[in-house]
Amino acid sequence: FYLLLIFCGVFFRCLGISIMVWFTLLFVFIIVPAVLGVSLGIRRLYIVTLLKVFEWATSRMEMGAKEKNQQLYKPYSSGIIAKEPPSSWQQEIQDLRGSASCLRSEPEFEMADIFYFCRRGVESIMDDEVTKCFSAQELESWNLLTRSNYNFRHISLRLTVLWGLGVLIRYGVLLPLRVTLAVTGISLLLVLTTLVGLLPNRELKFFLSEKVHLMCYRICVRALTAIITYHNRENKPKNGGICVANHTTPIDVIILANDGCYSMVGQVHGGLMGMIQRAMVRSSPHIWFERSEVKDRHLVAKRLGDHVADKTKQPILIFPEGTCINNTSVMMFKKGSFEIGCTVYPVAIKYDPRFGDAFWNSSKFGMVNYLLRMMSSWAIVCSVWYLPPMNREEGEDAVQFANRVKAAIAAQGGLVDLIWDGGLKRAKVKDAFKEEQQKLYSKVLVGRRESEIKHFQAWRTM
Amino acid sequence: MGSSNSSVNNIPNAQELMQETGFSAAHILRLHERFEFLDKHKCGQLRPQDFGAVQELALNPIGDSIISAFFSPGQETVDFASFVRILAHFRPTDRNQSRDGAQQEPANSSIRKLKFAFQMYDQDRDGKISRAELLQVLRAMLGIQVTEEQLQSIAERAIQEADLDRDDAISFDEFRKSLEKVDIDHKMSIRFLR
Repeated sequence: FYLLLIFCGVFFRCLGISIMVWFTLLFVFIIVPAVLGVSLGIRRLYIVTLLKVFEWATSRMEMGAKEKNQQLYKPYSSGIIAKEPPSSWQQEIQDLRGSASCLRSEPEFEMADIFYFCRRGVESIMDDEVTKCFSAQELESWNLLTRSNYNFRHISLRLTVLWGLGVLIRYGVLLPLRVTLAVTGISLLLVLTTLVGLLPNRELKFFLSEKVHLMCYRICVRALTAIITYHNRENKPKNGGICVANHTTPIDVIILANDGCYSMVGQVHGGLMGMIQRAMVRSSPHIWFERSEVKDRHLVAKRLGDHVADKTKQPILIFPEGTCINNTSVMMFKKGSFEIGCTVYPVAIKYDPRFGDAFWNSSKFGMVNYLLRMMSSWAIVCSVWYLPPMNREEGEDAVQFANRVKAAIAAQGGLVDLIWDGGLKRAKVKDAFKEEQQKLYSKVLVGRRESEIKHFQAWRTM
Repeated sequence: MGSSNSSVNNIPNAQELMQETGFSAAHILRLHERFEFLDKHKCGQLRPQDFGAVQELALNPIGDSIISAFFSPGQETVDFASFVRILAHFRPTDRNQSRDGAQQEPANSSIRKLKFAFQMYDQDRDGKISRAELLQVLRAMLGIQVTEEQLQSIAERAIQEADLDRDDAISFDEFRKSLEKVDIDHKMSIRFLR
């Protein structure tokens, strides 16, 4: 019985000491640099090591597969089927004609034309660009996370041990660490912004709120072990403008706010999010809309416009895609933010998928599940490019302007520029697109309509 | 995606399907993933609305016809096996296929591909493409880009050329004859990666 008591005593002492050690380390190595805005370089060392480990793991897997004479089921981002690019559209139809009726010189409708449409239709059933954007990107090499691997079988003991070790480290060490940091960061944000909001002096309030926001975001960034590289910081958004970026995950906000102060735009939520929103608004001007107000486009435009007109207010941060895309492409930008008529500062964000997939598949995972996954990945590595500011040109309407900005962002981030609407995740295709298709096809036929009609009329009279 | 157990053995009747359609295990696996992706309600069957969710298909002029090709008359859902059987039509033809008389016509033979295309025109499945059906397809393909007269003349021309027995409709044999010179295997095949 005594032994048990002694054992318990020793156990709790050890626990107490280890927790103290833990917190001291945490404080010294993570929180203090975060507060001061200094980086110790630990994170970069961490990812270099990780990369080496991943390479080893992948080569082991390939060796293992070769030994067993099985083929490695390699997922490819290009999909199941080899697709023809749509620019060879007309060429295809001409080819069809060429093989069917080499005697005729004028193109006209052929029964065989249907083949082309059949094939395109079935191809899109098997694999299409749009739905690919809404599922996580597939990786070439394995990063020791079963969630991104199809080949996880027992290939070798060493690999399984390594994976097991990885799980232990991620869930046992990294996750609690990150959760602690996140809790610290959010509570600091709540407390400090409320305090700053109480200050009467306006100048001091602005100054302090900037510092407070930046500090808290830095802590949050460390809570996710996000390693961010900012490029072209001279193009950082300035007051009185709108910052637009491609949207992959709600974490985008933290990533951008880590480097500058923005006014967020969004719907008012309840619960914890709501508390955070209310606290933030006390110290700096954010734009939160009630659910009912979101539908009213004029109201939205007016509030954005008013904010932008006031040059003392921070730039607004907006994600014009309206929904999360999986970071391989950029979808249609909603024109609302481009109609306001102020300077637009485009920003491209590209995540490195090797360390953890940041994409939030909202149909698959809820917010809490997603955050847990994020916090138990190895790291989130991304690059942020600040692009030179753009203004709407003479004779350009909002949609064209939006497309121009979108193209610039896609080019910089190495993403595919798509015409499709992200909102199509849930809604139907616009008729305008259908008309485009019909126009294309009719050009092939009707382009030489005149000659065909004459030919036909001549034939009729014979 | 995620850490789901991705083995062909989890798919019911996988071996038979592979035998019947000629798809490899990897293909069946990918198609199964695709099937599950399209099956938003997770009920193991696809409905016409599930196909309708594919935006590129909604743009296709004969999109609705393609969707209805998956559903046998009277059926409202399609299961994975039928899904794969229809898609098998688009496999490239096997050059050195040796068939004895007893074996069934493979899904990806030229005749079956032609039949699929014929079905696109022949909506009511009565074995003939009537003038009205042809006009319907043409209208879908061209929309408002052509006038009614132009449409009529195109349809007239097409029927005149193909209709050999002068019954003002195109039967499957006439359809096949008019497309003798077309390289069907190439035009109606989808190349699968690996």
